[in-house]
Amino acid sequence: MSESISRRSFLKGGVAAAGSAAALAVPSAAAAGSDGRGQLATLLDIRKCIGCGACVEACRQVNSSKAPEPQKPFPEMYPSRVPVEDWSDKRDVRDRLTPYNLLFIQQAEVEVDGKKETLTIPRRCMHCVNPPCVNLCPWGAARQYKNGISRIDYDVCLGGSKCRKVCPWHIPQRQTGVGLYLDIMPSFAGNGVMYKCDRCYERVAVGKKPACIEACPADVQQIGPRADIIARAHELAEETGGYIYGETENGGTNTIYVSPVPFEELNAAIEKGPGRPHFASAANSMDKAENLTAAMIIAPFAAIAAAGAKFYGYMKSGQSDNSQGEA
Amino acid sequence: MKTNTHVIARKGRIGNYAYGLTLFLLALTGFAQMPIFKRYYIADIPGLGWLAEFYTTHFLHYLGATAILAITTYFAAQYLLVTRRYRKLSGSGAARAAILLGIIVSGILLVIRNSAFVPFSPAVVTGILLVHLGLTMVFLLFALYCRFAGRPWTIPV
Repeated sequence: MSESISRRSFLKGGVAAAGSAAALAVPSAAAAGSDGRGQLATLLDIRKCIGCGACVEACRQVNSSKAPEPQKPFPEMYPSRVPVEDWSDKRDVRDRLTPYNLLFIQQAEVEVDGKKETLTIPRRCMHCVNPPCVNLCPWGAARQYKNGISRIDYDVCLGGSKCRKVCPWHIPQRQTGVGLYLDIMPSFAGNGVMYKCDRCYERVAVGKKPACIEACPADVQQIGPRADIIARAHELAEETGGYIYGETENGGTNTIYVSPVPFEELNAAIEKGPGRPHFASAANSMDKAENLTAAMIIAPFAAIAAAGAKFYGYMKSGQSDNSQGEA
Repeated sequence: MKTNTHVIARKGRIGNYAYGLTLFLLALTGFAQMPIFKRYYIADIPGLGWLAEFYTTHFLHYLGATAILAITTYFAAQYLLVTRRYRKLSGSGAARAAILLGIIVSGILLVIRNSAFVPFSPAVVTGILLVHLGLTMVFLLFALYCRFAGRPWTIPV
C-alpha cells in the first residue's frame, strides 16, 4: 500500500475504490470555505475498531517530541484558586485525553442486532469545519489550516483554556508549567499550554497519513476531501443500516463517525466527563455570531440612509423656515 | 434655523449617550474575550456571571460592533452633511477618529476571519488581534484624557 497517494489519484479512483487504503491528499491549495470546501475529513467506521490501541500508541510516539516538559515547582498563581493542571506524573494515562494522550479509545456496552457487544471508538479532536477554539482564541494561538486541520501553537498558547470551554466536546487539555506564559507574568496571566490532536499536520503537509490512520491494523479510518468522505459515510450507513455523527454537529466537523447503533445509545453507554467527550448533539456554536455578521454588513448602509433622510428633512424644513422669515 | 439647531443638538446628545454606552459594552465584552473575569472574581459578583460565558460575551461584542458601525457611520454622515458647515474636527477629534477607524477595521478583519470565508495566516491573525487590543487600550486612555481635559471632538470653524 502506497504511503502517499496524490489527490488526483484519490479522486480518480474514487473514495469507494480507495476504501481501506485510506487515501490521502496533501493540504489543499483551494481556499477553505465555511462549508468545508477544500478541507480533508476522516471517516471512522466504528464497526471495524477492535480496540487494540495501536492508534493510541502511534499517536503518542509521533507526538512524543511535542510532549510538555514542565518546569517545577510551578510559579505561584494569583489568585490561589487558579487550578494547577499537572499530567507530567501521569503520562501513562491512556483512558482519557491528556496533554500526553491526544487520542484514546472509548468503550460502549451496547446491543447490536439483539446481541450485547462492546464497541470501541477512537476519540480525539473533531476538527470542526469552523472551529470555535480557533475563532475565539483571544491570543491567536489556535489556528486552522486550509486542509481543515485545527491546531494549537504550543509556542504561543498561554493556557487560558478558553478553547476547552468553547469546544462542544471540551477536547483540549492543559499542562501547567510550560509555554510562553512563563516568560510574561506567570503568576497573574496564563496557566500553561493547551494540547490536542493536530491530525499530524506535519506528516499531512508532506503527503503522509496521520499516524493513527497509518498504524490501524483494521483500517478503521479513511481520509479524503470532505465531500467525498461525507458521501462515503452515507453509503456506508446505508449499506450497514448505520448512523452518522460529525456531519452536522457544531455546524459540521471533519471527523465523521459511522456507528451500528444510534448515537443517543452510544452516548448513554460511554463514560463521559473531563477528557472523555460525549456523542450528544451539538448545535452550531458560531451560529448566532454568524447571523449577526449580516447585520454588521447592513448597519453602515442603514445609518447612511437614516442620516441622509433625516438631514434632508432638516435642511428642507430649514429652507422653509428661512423663506418664511424672509417673507 | 435656530429650531433645527436645537433639534440636532438634542438628537446629538441621544447619539452621544448611545455612542458612550456602546463603547462601554464593547470594551467590557472585548476584555471578556480573555479568560480574566472568572480568574479575578469579577464574574463572581452577583449579576456579572455572564462575563465568564464566552459565547454570551462574544454575541454581545458582535451586537455592540453592529451598533458602533451604525453610530460611527451616522456621525460621519452627520459631520459631512451638516456639522462641518460650522464646526471642524479638532486635533484630538481627528486622532480619536483615526484610532477608532483602526479598531473598526481590525475588528472587521477578525469578523471575516471568524466567518472562515477568507483564510488568514496565523501570524496575520495574531497581528490583527494585537492591533485590535492595543488600539482599544490607546483609544480608551486617550478618550478618558480628552473627557477630563475638556478636549471636544469638534471646534468652531
